[in-house]
Amino acid sequence: MADKPEVTIPVNKIGIRQKAKATITLIGNPNAGKSTLFNRLTGLRQTTANYPGVTVEKHQGTLQLPDQALSLIDLPGIYSLDGDSADERIAVDVILGRMSGTEKPSSLLVVIDATHIYRGLYLLEQLLELQLPTMVALTMIDAATATGINIDVRALEKKLGGIPIYPVSSISGHGLDELKQGLTEITQLKPPLIPASWPELSETAEQLSQQLGANWQRIDVIQALLQTQETLVDQLDKQLGSEIVADIRHRLFEDAHPVAAETRQRYRWIKSVIAGVQEQVPLYLKLGVRLARWTNRPWPATLLFFVVLLLVFQAVFSWAIPLMDAIDDASGALATWIVAQLGHNALSSFLADGVVAGVGSVIIFLPQILILFLFIIILEDSGYLARTSFLMDRVMRSVGLSGQSVIPMLSSFACAVPSIMATRVIPSRKDRIATMMAAPFMTCSARLPIYALLIAAFVPDRPMGWLNLQGIVLFGLYVLGILGGLGTALLLKSSALKGPKPRFVLALPEFRRPNLQTVAIKLLERGSIFIKRAGTIIFAAAMVVWVLAYFPRMDNVEFRATVVQSELSEPSQMENLQSAAQLSQSWLGRIGKVIEPVFVPLGWDWRVSSAVVAGFPAREVVVAVMGTIYAVGSEADDQSLAEKLNAARWPDGRTIFTLPMVLGLLIFYAWCLQCAATLATIRRETNSWRWPIFAWTYMTSIGYIGALVVFQTGSLVST
Amino acid sequence: MTLADLVPGDIAKLESIDTSDPGVIRLMILGMVEDIIVHLQNRAIGGDPLEVGFFGSSVSVRKEQARHFKVTRMTKSG
Repeated sequence: MADKPEVTIPVNKIGIRQKAKATITLIGNPNAGKSTLFNRLTGLRQTTANYPGVTVEKHQGTLQLPDQALSLIDLPGIYSLDGDSADERIAVDVILGRMSGTEKPSSLLVVIDATHIYRGLYLLEQLLELQLPTMVALTMIDAATATGINIDVRALEKKLGGIPIYPVSSISGHGLDELKQGLTEITQLKPPLIPASWPELSETAEQLSQQLGANWQRIDVIQALLQTQETLVDQLDKQLGSEIVADIRHRLFEDAHPVAAETRQRYRWIKSVIAGVQEQVPLYLKLGVRLARWTNRPWPATLLFFVVLLLVFQAVFSWAIPLMDAIDDASGALATWIVAQLGHNALSSFLADGVVAGVGSVIIFLPQILILFLFIIILEDSGYLARTSFLMDRVMRSVGLSGQSVIPMLSSFACAVPSIMATRVIPSRKDRIATMMAAPFMTCSARLPIYALLIAAFVPDRPMGWLNLQGIVLFGLYVLGILGGLGTALLLKSSALKGPKPRFVLALPEFRRPNLQTVAIKLLERGSIFIKRAGTIIFAAAMVVWVLAYFPRMDNVEFRATVVQSELSEPSQMENLQSAAQLSQSWLGRIGKVIEPVFVPLGWDWRVSSAVVAGFPAREVVVAVMGTIYAVGSEADDQSLAEKLNAARWPDGRTIFTLPMVLGLLIFYAWCLQCAATLATIRRETNSWRWPIFAWTYMTSIGYIGALVVFQTGSLVST
Repeated sequence: MTLADLVPGDIAKLESIDTSDPGVIRLMILGMVEDIIVHLQNRAIGGDPLEVGFFGSSVSVRKEQARHFKVTRMTKSG
């Protein structure tokens, strides 16, 4: 470790325990284990994944030590200060104190992956220009040792001008205590010396900054000289005169591209440092390399990709069934019990038909959603998702995007909201927006309940080889979503968002065994988000729908008048007739009938139409609404929702849920944008109303047209 | 000979780099500078992009940018 300074007790610490709160910013390359280390230090939960650019939000945490608390900030991973994606710019702006509303960091903890110090040292050398107290956490030290990389930490510290380096392993916890101890003294560190990788640049910039005055830090001058910050370039030209600046540039870079010159200088030095401090320089890592190579061979890789997808959908359907049955039985029993306890009245109807039937019909999909997320989290954490962007770059190029759009699109299978935020790794704004418009087409987990309900009700459970028809239909719906998304990207990239060919430069992480604890924490988080939604938004929607369906109550005299001729019918039939009549004249029925004409061409009656309309804020509401509507209007509570849908009829006795109608409804759900959260995220990320409005109008229209075409042609064929 | 001409398994030394392409600058920031030894690990379907390894890590490089890297092949390991 670094030489400890002589123990001197500051005056302010004598007698009183000070709660000094130093703010330490964690910064490092993507995949350097920064977020995992952050979790280990703060105990805060947050997302860490195995592909570049996942940490898109600013994460703040507190490291609680016996005598003081340190405030830690985790930033998105970057490779250099010349960042060109939105994500990297956020990190760079925070570090350089250019982010409004965020204080300039007072000290830096630079996280370097011991198996990738070549690239890590490049960023470190740039960061030393900031002249802030700096420490290094050398992560994955055990993985490095396992692959035969031995780093002489003391020698490296010396080469870096005395920057303290702490080797740690976030998995075993090795070295964490030393690091924590070190962090308590970070503010007492002297600012780093001139970095040794390119002293000419640093010294020139230092002299100029002193000459230019207090507004100019050394790093500002460097960025102006390298032409990585346009505003600074202009200012420097203005203050020094453009001829003098050009002269300085010529002396430093000759005629090379400034950033290229910087990479050449710094990496040349880094290469010599590594030769002195690292025992072995493997050309490539053995760990997981064989697997990586095999899964990257063109054909096995593509085949594997589809097998993995198919397996996921098969599992989602077959593994979840016992659990779903149990939940279904439990909610049915609860509803029956409530009615038995309270008798038939408004309160029991509210609890049984509104709350239990509405929320229960969504909660039932929890097992499927957990299984889907389990797969997605494992694929993410193992590094497979990053591989797919390499693999799919060619495909994405054919629609005008790059492999960088693959991860946002794949994570959209879970939820479009984080996936729209994940588009920040895409450098070009046009490509980023095109990806945002395509991502909501991917089948998110909220679409799963409606797919599962309709498929289970109307697609026969017929085995087809080692798969079954239901699984294949579900897979087909996912394909439909992908085609919709890719088609949209192609359309936009060849019209409104036409631009230069996107670049595709991506560091590929190795395969790693996913950490069980991390997977469990993430799964738990996802599950609780779903349950929270079911308990709030969906609960509220179910309640509103129940009120609309239950009121106004039909006048008893009025009802008797309408059914006077059926006096002789059995009491249960009588009840049926009454509830059907009640529903039809309720507010919901009235609203439904007003909008029905819009949806009749799709084969939807007023009940389906009003459920779909109620689903616009959040699409999984539609299942809850159907649950409530069909519970209110049904005779037997022991029937499942699927059976009730099968029994639904038009007034003239025709079946409502015919195959063409169901297929149309599925297509509508595959393409329609029924998610207020997605719209809000697009609004925030594009900073304009134009794109969310476009996305909503466009997706709703093509969902409607798709359903119309399928229903109309399907009905023609089947008659 | 350029990086784009290598086949999987080849090991080569980067000799000179044409920096006119902004994508190439990004690759240089990731550490692909003159005089380092690279290993062509894989190619995706259709031979593009390439997976290039150096100093223990891998980077995805499109053919379009790979053409800007002049290389000398050192060995050929099947």
